Amino acid sequence: MAEDKESAENENILAIHRKITAAFEPFDYESKNTVDVREIGTIMYSLDCFPTQADIREFIAEVEENSSGTVHLDRFMPAMTKVLLENKFPPIPRSKIFQAFKVLDKEQKGFVEPEELTKFMMEEGEPFTQEEMDEMLTAHTNRKENVIYYDKLINKLTADAPK
Amino acid sequence: MAVLHRRLLGRGVETRMLRKGKQQKIMGCTMGKSRIQPNKCDRVSISVPAIRAALLIQRWYRQYVARLEMRRRCTWNIFQSIEYAGEQDQIKLYHFFGFLMDHFTPASSERNLISHIFRENEVCHDADWERYFCYKDIEVPDSYCGPHLTFPMTFCGVSKLMEAFKLKQQQLHARYVLQILGETWRLLRILPNINHVSVCHTKEITICGTLKRLFLGSSTDVLFYCLRDLHGQLEDLLLIFYKNGLPSCEKPYIFNGDFVDRGKNSLEILLILFGFLLVYPNEVHLNRGNHEDHIVNLRYGFTKEVLGKYRVHGKKILKLLQKIFSWLPLATVINQKVLVVHGGISDSTDLDMVARIDRHRYVSVLRPPKVIRPTLNGNKAGSGRNEDASGPAEGRRRVRSLTNTSVPGQRNNIPRRSLHNLPTSGAQLNCSVEDELKKRRRLAGFDQTYREMKTLDSDSDPEFGEPTETQGHEWKQIVDLLWSDPTPQNGCFSNEVRGGGCYWGPDVTEEVLGKHNLQLLIRSHECKQDGYEFCHNRRVLTIFSASNYYEVGSNRGAYIRMGHDLVPHFIQYQASRTCRELTLRQSVGWTERSALRALRQQLFVHKSDLIGAFQEFDPNNTGVISLRHWATATERVLKLGLPWRVLRPQLINRAQHGMVDYQQWIRELSITEPKPEVSSLKTSSTRCSLCSHHYLKHEKVISNSWQVSDTSIMETMYKNHSNLETIFRIIDTDHSGLISFEEFRQTWKLLSSHLKMEISDKAVTDLAQSMDFNKDGSIDINEFMEAFRLVDLSTHA
Repeated sequence: MAEDKESAENENILAIHRKITAAFEPFDYESKNTVDVREIGTIMYSLDCFPTQADIREFIAEVEENSSGTVHLDRFMPAMTKVLLENKFPPIPRSKIFQAFKVLDKEQKGFVEPEELTKFMMEEGEPFTQEEMDEMLTAHTNRKENVIYYDKLINKLTADAPK
Repeated sequence: MAVLHRRLLGRGVETRMLRKGKQQKIMGCTMGKSRIQPNKCDRVSISVPAIRAALLIQRWYRQYVARLEMRRRCTWNIFQSIEYAGEQDQIKLYHFFGFLMDHFTPASSERNLISHIFRENEVCHDADWERYFCYKDIEVPDSYCGPHLTFPMTFCGVSKLMEAFKLKQQQLHARYVLQILGETWRLLRILPNINHVSVCHTKEITICGTLKRLFLGSSTDVLFYCLRDLHGQLEDLLLIFYKNGLPSCEKPYIFNGDFVDRGKNSLEILLILFGFLLVYPNEVHLNRGNHEDHIVNLRYGFTKEVLGKYRVHGKKILKLLQKIFSWLPLATVINQKVLVVHGGISDSTDLDMVARIDRHRYVSVLRPPKVIRPTLNGNKAGSGRNEDASGPAEGRRRVRSLTNTSVPGQRNNIPRRSLHNLPTSGAQLNCSVEDELKKRRRLAGFDQTYREMKTLDSDSDPEFGEPTETQGHEWKQIVDLLWSDPTPQNGCFSNEVRGGGCYWGPDVTEEVLGKHNLQLLIRSHECKQDGYEFCHNRRVLTIFSASNYYEVGSNRGAYIRMGHDLVPHFIQYQASRTCRELTLRQSVGWTERSALRALRQQLFVHKSDLIGAFQEFDPNNTGVISLRHWATATERVLKLGLPWRVLRPQLINRAQHGMVDYQQWIRELSITEPKPEVSSLKTSSTRCSLCSHHYLKHEKVISNSWQVSDTSIMETMYKNHSNLETIFRIIDTDHSGLISFEEFRQTWKLLSSHLKMEISDKAVTDLAQSMDFNKDGSIDINEFMEAFRLVDLSTHA
């Protein structure tokens, strides 16, 4: 029984390793098993993790090859495996996002205005850059009414979410 | 660390990293998942729940954006792989013809079918050609309501052209076309191989890259017709002129090659560019691109476009264009410091040699001039000799490229793809060439005996009668300039993926630029998401001016403005009149669907091979294999170097416990073989209900149906769609668009020889007989090819 459990665990780890390798590869342009440190965030996201910027920075600090700006798979693999096994940065439940938007929408109108959202996103938390903000607004603002219906937004983005 | 391209980074990440210094550090608000960073918090007035909420939303949204970026990148890879695989195929086919030319006796009928494309310089003087191309006898009827041109060409004339093409969708009369082309030809003949341009204090020069389209996306969406058929790539050129101003004495331009192929307006673009060239010969500079090549045009649609538009004079126009292309300059140098060339360089690039070449001798760059007599005794005599693929066909990536690698094929790391090593042993090579010969002869049904040391026959070009090693070197110079791509790795290797030119590294850039005292290399040739991209420590700049290259929304186009200081400034744009404004990422969904469709088509046409590969992993015939094996097998067959694991969720609907029923999966690819009916196309002008632009709608009018007994021949047809069409067009020497029954049979013989497949005579005869040959015993190439275009059912879902 214990053996079965162990082999199941091993299988699990092997599967995780494969997953990590597959996520790493597309960024390894010179086929040297290294990626640029600036891609680490994207790789983590693509593995269905939801770290904050601070989380990403911390992770990078652990795995970067002494400020060379690159990360080697040898260091990335164990660190990332740990993250996945511990489920360190799990997806955010829909309800929580909804709550978050409700905090913005004090009057409970059901929508937020672009200016409100901009102020919030670009001044609080881990602020958006102008580019990120512009993109979010362009993509999701209701043309006619010039507001953002956040329940629609949430539905749309979570429909796209990893299963 | 190698400079990384901006487009490769999740944009947000890069700018965030750069703004690190300015970022506020907020603590303790990450749901307890990370260490609290002890920084001063000067925002005590904002409530903690609000900060938490902001963080949550930011985190969540960034993840979404990153995933979109991944998808976009994947989509990009798909398009690019298929594009380059197509180029490789083309070169492979051309190699094969070269092989035929070299190794079979003159009398063989197959060889005669294709020998004319190698007749590169007919023994004619320019004066004779002038007579042939003369437009004077061509009458312009009163019913013609297109633009009338007077010569010498004036700015008014070009404006008239632009107006006619853009607004009125008119076609220029053949007489005027020949006139413009004739004048252009005369002008180009006096230009040097390398144009030297100076930009003084008061002026800025504009540099544009590739203008042709590719459109692998095969959507039949109404909106696509709108954007694609109507506006095509002419839109980009006109957009550039609109934003930047028209060429003039004060506004010099360089156009860096690849003006034609695949759109519906390649000829119009050429006419406009040539028009400006004639009016401002000192300010407008055109560089040759790899698509300014009649052999490439056979495959990529330009030939078809011209013949379709000019039924009577098309052949002449094409011939004149052939000459014009060969006379296009190879490069431009600005202020002796900036080199502008279409493809790139190699470690052997020598601009002094390039300046001395007789560039017009290299009508098509796909094939080296015949340098030495072919020998089979294990002696590779001379560096220019190019041999066909050695060994049995191993799929695209083992094909020998056009270039002769000075470095033996030992490379292991090709950017982003895993290529295999080339066989390097000379002895190996020669054994297999010998075997190859025998096999091919047998397959193609040739019954002549092979003469070992045959001399050059009368069919070949007398100009190349006394071959020299220099010609081989010269040819390589040109190929490298037109086909090469930069790579992050040092060194210089043959470009196996495209099949021509080199991959060159940052060290080669330094060396070549240093040798010639240059500071920057500007090139095109590769599509870039943002329209431009630096590499090699900002010493190489790629500029790409065709927006929506692969598909609507795939990328922006860009052009460069450069002043006396030689610092490039970029202007980006996207020619797309979508009804809603979409950010590049939003259109990911659209382009992605298109890419996946193109990919599914590739999967479909290889289904026999795929099933074979799957079955290797399924020795017990259970009908299922693991997803991992699916990925391995698929890559083995398709060899596109794509991340199959990542693509898997979009290609496989049903996978239980990590296993997939492969037979069912193939069936469910939702591609249908079109009804094998030969039909005619009815073209009508309709209005798009969405944005009320006019577009051309093509409807198939089914006139006949026919049965095919042998289904394997069908699959061959799908798989080799482009090759088949290329061969047809080569055979169709009078450019009538029609081929006879006999020519049809010969085409198949050639194709089967090239593919090293047995295609039974009976199958071909059956196929031919069941088709609707016209009363005079010929069939329309376009119709035939149209009947074999795959239709994706899921489009209509």
